[in-house]
Amino acid sequence: MALERETDDHTGVETTGHEWDGIKELDNPLPRWWLWVWYGTIAFSIAYWVAMPAWPGLHGYTKGLLHKSDRAEVAQQLAALDVQRGAGAAMLRTASLEQIEKDPKLQAYAQQVGQSVFGDNCATCHGIGGTGGKGYPNLRDDVWLWGGKLEDIQYTITHGVRTGADGARMSQMPAFGRDELLKPEQIDDLTEYVVKLSGRPADAGAVARAAPIFATQCSACHGPEGKGNQQVGAPNLTDGEWLYGADRAAIRGQIFAGNGGVMPTWQGRLSPETIKALAVYVHSNAGGQ
Amino acid sequence: MSAPSKISASPPAGSGVLLVISAVGAFLAILGAGLTQDPIFRLQIGTIALAGVIAAFVLNGGLAGGTLRDHPDQYSDNVIKAGVIATMFWAAAGLLVGVIIAAQLSWPRIFYFPEFGFLNFGRLRPLHTSAVIFAFGGNALIATSFWVVQRTCKARLAGGITPWFVFWGYQLFIVLAATGYLMGATQGKEYAEPEWYTDLWLTIVWVAYLLVFLGTIWKRKEPHIYVANWFYLAFIVTIALLHLVNNAAIPVGLLNHKSYDVFSGVQDALVQWWYGHNAVGFFLTAGFLAMMYYFVPKRVERPVYSYRLSIVHFWALIFIYIWAGPHHLHYTALPQWAQTLGMTFSIMLWMPSWGGMINGLMTLSGAWDKLRTDPVVRMMVVSIAFYGMSTFEGPVMSIRAVNALSHYTDWTIGHVHSGALGWVGFISFGAIYCLVPWLWKKKEMYSTKLIEWHFWIATTGILLYIAAMWVSGIMEGLMWREYTPQGFLAYSFIETVSAKHIENVIRTVGGLMYLAGALIMIVNVWKTIASPSAEPAEASAAPATAIA
Repeated sequence: MALERETDDHTGVETTGHEWDGIKELDNPLPRWWLWVWYGTIAFSIAYWVAMPAWPGLHGYTKGLLHKSDRAEVAQQLAALDVQRGAGAAMLRTASLEQIEKDPKLQAYAQQVGQSVFGDNCATCHGIGGTGGKGYPNLRDDVWLWGGKLEDIQYTITHGVRTGADGARMSQMPAFGRDELLKPEQIDDLTEYVVKLSGRPADAGAVARAAPIFATQCSACHGPEGKGNQQVGAPNLTDGEWLYGADRAAIRGQIFAGNGGVMPTWQGRLSPETIKALAVYVHSNAGGQ
Repeated sequence: MSAPSKISASPPAGSGVLLVISAVGAFLAILGAGLTQDPIFRLQIGTIALAGVIAAFVLNGGLAGGTLRDHPDQYSDNVIKAGVIATMFWAAAGLLVGVIIAAQLSWPRIFYFPEFGFLNFGRLRPLHTSAVIFAFGGNALIATSFWVVQRTCKARLAGGITPWFVFWGYQLFIVLAATGYLMGATQGKEYAEPEWYTDLWLTIVWVAYLLVFLGTIWKRKEPHIYVANWFYLAFIVTIALLHLVNNAAIPVGLLNHKSYDVFSGVQDALVQWWYGHNAVGFFLTAGFLAMMYYFVPKRVERPVYSYRLSIVHFWALIFIYIWAGPHHLHYTALPQWAQTLGMTFSIMLWMPSWGGMINGLMTLSGAWDKLRTDPVVRMMVVSIAFYGMSTFEGPVMSIRAVNALSHYTDWTIGHVHSGALGWVGFISFGAIYCLVPWLWKKKEMYSTKLIEWHFWIATTGILLYIAAMWVSGIMEGLMWREYTPQGFLAYSFIETVSAKHIENVIRTVGGLMYLAGALIMIVNVWKTIASPSAEPAEASAAPATAIA
């Protein structure tokens, strides 16, 4: 088919003479503004290449006339941040935990650091307000598994819990049911006993039957009265605060399986000053011991 | 002249071969399912076995019963009909999953199902992206390309039974990918999540698609190749290349679903985003520009604005797009010089992208009144407008200083969706509103009013979606970078998540409206197909006779 150019009635522009399935093409030139803006972007790009690190070669890359470097800029910004944080960080390093908590200026600074660091590192498990959740301790209730003194909190944050690292807090409640250390009916009785410990009405017969079991199996860690032992991370069973739930099913499940969570070792990830600030932050918000 | 349709006595070429391949494939897949120790792999290869068995039965029935016949003097339209139906099905499925994950982000407590791990956001999110891009978008591209290449070449699809293999093979790819994600089989590469065996299968299907397309162009009865076909061909060839390189991986075992990438570290990241950005460039841009170049002039019955512009912007787009990927890795371990190149090539890409917009919009000159009267034209014009907006927004976001604020935020999500919902979705809907009456020989769509409803509900939905994402994206970007006077971050990450709640809810509503529009369209398409056939408005010219 020969190319038959024709003139479009509406625009007065010639067609190219092609036709496909009824579709024709006008022979309009490239829009001038389009072309010039495009040239502009190309000119900008070339200028940018001259100014900035751009083209790779056999030996490195073109550094650009401005000698800009992301790595150098990040190093500068981190240094500037150190200066900005400077005075406070230095004071944190030398002051004791008690001094930090007592001194209003240091305390305010520690709160700033603590809030920032807690939000991005701790809140994932302990909740944004530190109120915890199932399996994750509440940090606002002044109930402590491993001790609520400033030094205890600092130690727990530094070393973590059940991480397997040297110095990490370690305890393991036996899985009395899963490992068949106790019979199911004994676990039922113990459940009633623990319910009774927390001051709630429980089946008297079961409590009586469970008393000797508690004495032999549980009291070594949880204490004869079930008040717990922070030396070994054994929870107080009488305070009405429950890590895995307050109802009978949850208590029974915990006796059966002996769950225990893991808290990371923060040493090495957070600086010692940051951990100090965090300990003060957690301590003062929880009304620690 | 219209010759009576000749039906050849023989079945389409390759039917027997395909039967044998299906049967042998099914046998090998059953063997693999029996031998593997990997439950995920067993289910996946079991799916392949089932597909092979069904294919073998259908082919055998068709060959034995004589119902599988070739129609050498007609266009292959049945495979396009199947493609249109698949496109609408996957649109509904993909958009629905999108609404579900938007609801999960809005109300994480309510839409959280710990007992059904496969419904977690992490599993559903790639299901959504793959379903809308590859299932909805891919089917729309394959179906329209089969229509366009036949009409503009005046030639029946090449390859005998192969177009049907491409269609069903592609659906098998989608099912393998989607069920794999739900079970946790993933390479963890964005838009390239399917595991190695699914990738290999797609490679086979894609090469068959390329051969069908090239074969049809080869036997064309037109002297020149229409611009839409350049774009379709660029899309098919480049996607094949990207797919092969980015999915280079070594399986743990031949009977195991898991594989490990050949590349690692920053090289892997760069290859991934070379792929990822060009999936946008060649799948979602070049492919859909091809759709625009056919359906817009066809619908408005006006010539394409500028042949010269189409040539220049085509080659510019192809050459420049392929370099822009590093802008996904600004301020990362990627060397700064590579970031510079990614950014500058993205900026130089702005006008080549807009060439398509100009050619699309200016094609309406002399037919602007159709914006008032024809909601399909309006849909396609709004689509081109969204194309123009997102191809401007893209270069802006690729500038490192802007990216420092926008990266990782909802702004990016909004940007993608103005392209996906506005451009890709609307141009596909427009094309299908054109195709359905043509394919099923109806005078017009069942209801123009329903198209109006679709248009307005979906357009409002898109605007709600992207406006909400601009607000939340810029807000969270600013919150992330804010320091206290003492030099500590002012907000924790979770605080920035909580701050976006309202925007997330608005996004869900916007997505729901877009889904509602698609459902209205499905009803309309269904009613059109079910309506009594009118005389075809335009005879479906037989390729053999049309070139007098």
